[in-house]
Amino acid sequence: MRKLTYAEAIAEATIQALQKNPKTYVMGLGVDDPKGIFNTTRPAFEKFGAKRVFDMPIAENSMTGVAIGSALAGMHPLMVHARCDFLYVCMDQIVNQAAKWHFTYAGQTSIPLTIRAIIGRGWGQGVHHSQSSQAMFAHSPGIKVLMPATAYDAKGLLLAAMEDQSPTLIIEHRRLFDLEDEVPKKYYTIPIGKASIIQKGSDLTIVSDSIMTREALIVASHLEKHKISTEVIDLRTIKPLDTQTIIKSVKKTGRVIIADTGWKSFGVTAEIAALIAENIPDKLKGLVQRIATLDTPTPASYKLEELFYPNAIDVALAAKKLFPNKKINLKNIPKTVENKNFTGPF
Amino acid sequence: MTIDFQKFDKSITPELHKKLLLELLKIRMSEEATVAHHEEQLMKCPVHYSIGQEAIAVGVNANLNKDDWIFGTHRYHSHYLAKGGNLKKMIAEFYLKDTGCNRGLGGSQHLADFDAGVMGGAPIVGANISFAAGAALAFQMQKEKRVAVAFFGDGSTQAGSFHETLNFASLKKLPVVFVCENNSYAVQTYTPSTNVNPDIYKFAKSYLMPGILVDGNNVLEVYKQTKKATKRAREGQGPTLIEARTYRWVEHCGPFDDCQFGFRPKKKLKEWQKKCPVKNYEKYLLSQKIVTKTEVQKMKQELKKEIDEAFDFAKKSPLPNLTKKDLLNLVY
Repeated sequence: MRKLTYAEAIAEATIQALQKNPKTYVMGLGVDDPKGIFNTTRPAFEKFGAKRVFDMPIAENSMTGVAIGSALAGMHPLMVHARCDFLYVCMDQIVNQAAKWHFTYAGQTSIPLTIRAIIGRGWGQGVHHSQSSQAMFAHSPGIKVLMPATAYDAKGLLLAAMEDQSPTLIIEHRRLFDLEDEVPKKYYTIPIGKASIIQKGSDLTIVSDSIMTREALIVASHLEKHKISTEVIDLRTIKPLDTQTIIKSVKKTGRVIIADTGWKSFGVTAEIAALIAENIPDKLKGLVQRIATLDTPTPASYKLEELFYPNAIDVALAAKKLFPNKKINLKNIPKTVENKNFTGPF
Repeated sequence: MTIDFQKFDKSITPELHKKLLLELLKIRMSEEATVAHHEEQLMKCPVHYSIGQEAIAVGVNANLNKDDWIFGTHRYHSHYLAKGGNLKKMIAEFYLKDTGCNRGLGGSQHLADFDAGVMGGAPIVGANISFAAGAALAFQMQKEKRVAVAFFGDGSTQAGSFHETLNFASLKKLPVVFVCENNSYAVQTYTPSTNVNPDIYKFAKSYLMPGILVDGNNVLEVYKQTKKATKRAREGQGPTLIEARTYRWVEHCGPFDDCQFGFRPKKKLKEWQKKCPVKNYEKYLLSQKIVTKTEVQKMKQELKKEIDEAFDFAKKSPLPNLTKKDLLNLVY
């Protein structure tokens, strides 16, 4: 099967979504410019033109309101932000308005709105170009939150979101954009709310999202040499969370590492740790391990980024804690999944 | 202060006059009935009355078709009714009953009657303005001759979303009409004290679109200017901002007079009450012999019956019978 990069898969999904439903459109800052959001929206602009793929004023909050109004009137907008950080400008429209509409009006109407936003990382992205906003939006009832970790999932989840009648936020990771994967040409969707057991195992469960799933796979491969069989669960959907798959796995293995791209406190890792504590605390053979970023804003210097970001070694250290009787060495663990093509700055 | 109906009474049929009067009376009498029922303490939600401001909703909506859409705020009773929203369902929603327009989930601050084109109200100041532009964008994309109207107060014009939306709507020539009901107050704040420019209609100039100032208590002036604005919109010429000046008779939220707090002078209220949009229009139609006293009596009697039935319906209706699971299932 042919391979596409994560970015190419998003571009293809965008085109297929616009082809399938003539009432869809793409809107965002610079979606039609020569760079076209890391070439994820430019191909659609070249194919469909300005009537369906267009730029907007730098007024993210009101433009989300415009997207909402148009969704009520039969359109399905795909709003694109180059960074998750810009979503916070839209808090009123996303959290107060879109998220609550279906409930407030007793299910009489829906807001089929899809929003894409990208997590930035490295090259000094800094405090305002690197946030992972999944927990902020997952906390609010009414928004579905998706996080693709592979090119295959990036296409399938975007197409699923473009069929979904609820406000849906897709959080992509900038450092996965060059990651290649086998991606079918045809139109396909991935069920929202269903995690993916990328690798089955019996001794340890790693639950992860986005780029942390890549780290998890690196560690799983390393642990195999120490005869530890790891089950890697890629969440794919943060909200609604696939609690069944998580509980079933941890029940089986008794050991869990949760790895998320967001801050440690009050986020995805906290939610899943609570889920386990509420349901199967008696099945645990060791403490729940949480891997997340430091509870600080993101520093810009690449030296300081090393303090902020967790990587495969941190996940392996957590595994060491869960297998105190095994001598797990940390040598030769690949630094991290990095696309070497990323030369900055954005 | 007098209302110059004569000036705007050209080519308005007697039928339209009667319709306008009926709508005005319906809103005034429903609001007064709601005030009277307040002491029961059974309408347990924040109720924001439109008493004194009725002519704006009536004058604007008389230009709209069923498939045109309106977007309002927490102060939405008059627009809801003037657009053809169901009275029984509105009152039942005040009582938070299962038969309310939102089955008791929204309350008075979030009225909606989707069949009538009354889109959900939003009490976050400024939020609804962009919805209207969004609906207008969809109408334009789908090549429909429909119009969207945003109703908001003077306070909303201080919010970024007002300015952001006008820019976009004018840029794309969206079929939307922005109607600002300027009653000079945002809760107790006299808005000219927080607005460097108190002439709201003048903002339109910055966004290269027409800004019209009207006497919000003159239903005929509101009607005529909205007629022009909706025609502009339908013909693809873009949006209009209408600033309709009026006055709120009771407090921001609730049925009582708030002059005793000192922020709103009693003298000013009395002046505006003399300029009542409903009583003065009734007087005008009687003086012009467009309606007779008997006809007006009949209108009021039928309205009273309709309103009493609505309150009766609401009070007799059951409260929402939903479970926790039902509520969770309503989220998406």
